[in-house]
Amino acid sequence: MGIVRTENLIYEYIRRDEEGNVEGITTAVDRVSLDIAPGEFIAVLGHNGSGKSTLAKHINAILNPTEGTVWVDGMDTSREESVWDIRRTAGMVFQNPDNQIIGQVVEEDVGFGPENMGVPTREIWERVEESLKAVGMYEYRKYSPNKLSGGQKQRVSIAGVLAMHPKCIVLDEPTAMLDPRGRREVIRAVRALNQVEEITVILITHYMEEIVHADRVFVMEGGRVALEGTPREIFSQVEKLKSLRLDVPQVTLLAHELRRRGIDLPEGILTGQELADALCAIV
Amino acid sequence: MLRDITIGQYYQTESPVHRLDPRVKIGGTLLYIISLFLFSGFAGYIAAAVFLAVVIRLSHVPFRFMVKGMKAILFLLLITVGFNLFLTPGTELISFWKLSITREGAEMAVTMAVRLTLLIIGSSVMTLTTTPNNLTDGMEKMMKPLRIFHVPAHEVAMIMSIALRFIPILLEETDKIMKAQLARGADFDSGNLLQRARSMVPILVPLFISAFRRANDLAMAMEARCYRGGEGRTKMKPLIYQRRDRIGYLCILGYLVIGVTLSRIW
Repeated sequence: MGIVRTENLIYEYIRRDEEGNVEGITTAVDRVSLDIAPGEFIAVLGHNGSGKSTLAKHINAILNPTEGTVWVDGMDTSREESVWDIRRTAGMVFQNPDNQIIGQVVEEDVGFGPENMGVPTREIWERVEESLKAVGMYEYRKYSPNKLSGGQKQRVSIAGVLAMHPKCIVLDEPTAMLDPRGRREVIRAVRALNQVEEITVILITHYMEEIVHADRVFVMEGGRVALEGTPREIFSQVEKLKSLRLDVPQVTLLAHELRRRGIDLPEGILTGQELADALCAIV
Repeated sequence: MLRDITIGQYYQTESPVHRLDPRVKIGGTLLYIISLFLFSGFAGYIAAAVFLAVVIRLSHVPFRFMVKGMKAILFLLLITVGFNLFLTPGTELISFWKLSITREGAEMAVTMAVRLTLLIIGSSVMTLTTTPNNLTDGMEKMMKPLRIFHVPAHEVAMIMSIALRFIPILLEETDKIMKAQLARGADFDSGNLLQRARSMVPILVPLFISAFRRANDLAMAMEARCYRGGEGRTKMKPLIYQRRDRIGYLCILGYLVIGVTLSRIW
């Protein structure tokens, strides 16, 4: 059984008018069943309102399913008594870097999670040091978060989760508010976590470039999983992705267009290097 | 204008004052403020000023940062000095029109000005050399005995440290909203007081909405990191008195003794 598993997960937002009568029901997540193995790098893709953030919040037990079940490391998220164990198993990084940093100083913020868990003082320091080093922010440990760039703040947030020694990290659009440079920094840090620390990563995003390195990709649309597969499989379906209002990376799009014009290129080219190699092979 | 208040603005550097336990600094600042009102006479204030100067020197914080805090209370200072100068009865020194300056009034005004200046700079030293988190930690620990009276020390400390963290963010946001409204033709600078107050509404409403949204996000982020109140929490930086803290207390005590004796003698 995987580290994160959902079965027929349904979540409904209920809108009420001023008297509390039900005005309407929006099904944000609709019958989603996933099984994520330990150590996998998963990307969840979808445009705004596709239900990807709602799905993410279930993994951290912030939301409880309306129907169906979510298991994190074998624990049912709807059971009250296991909430705290679930939250230390599956850490969560949110979109807005300013609204999730609690500490006044970088190192104090990273120590916040372990403090809450009741970790002894000396071990907190060890965890803070190793977490900050893992995301490359150790030299900024004495800085005020207000003096950091968006990408740096987001890496501090990741370190804050990492210090809780989770088995799995859920990142809910961590790069949505960052500039391209900050995005690259964060994605590099996330990949390092997955490869070096062997932590399961669930990356929620709507940037195509960020999913290239994922092991598996889920594309969501209207609360359901519309597509599932490796990045190569996903990107070979250019027309389908366009119909889901998602952009394909420029390189893949270029390769796709070239193919349509009759140039014999393989499907699902992801990087510039691959395209260059494929073109060289033809010439 | 709000930006000029140094309270809550930590100045990052290494110094013996920075390393002191926050409880020493809070206690010291309180004692210092009390001493300012206890001392009467010139010598006491010289002692207070010299003590403060030495502490500032030790803190490695540039003096202009202390003065920044003064700007915000300049107005208050002028009013206090003005009232004391003109409205204290006693032997007349100079008089013109309906106002007169008395000997007692002049003395009182100078005393008040010195007191207030030392008080603000003194408390600025504390906030400049202590991270707000450290400060709230110190307060939390000092308030802990009040638990028996159901004073929620941890909660208050947590609220304060979060408030302090969000002050610069919300200031920046106010600035942004103001510019956005100016770009749409809002006018903040003309009209009478009432009209000006009314023109603040388009700033305050979006600011409040965004603050609530931030509060909601932050609460979620804190819960996601296993925050569940003060129970069972450990500290990354527990407060334990060191040798230097005992020395700190002794210095403050020494200052008090010297100050009190001096103001007795003179």
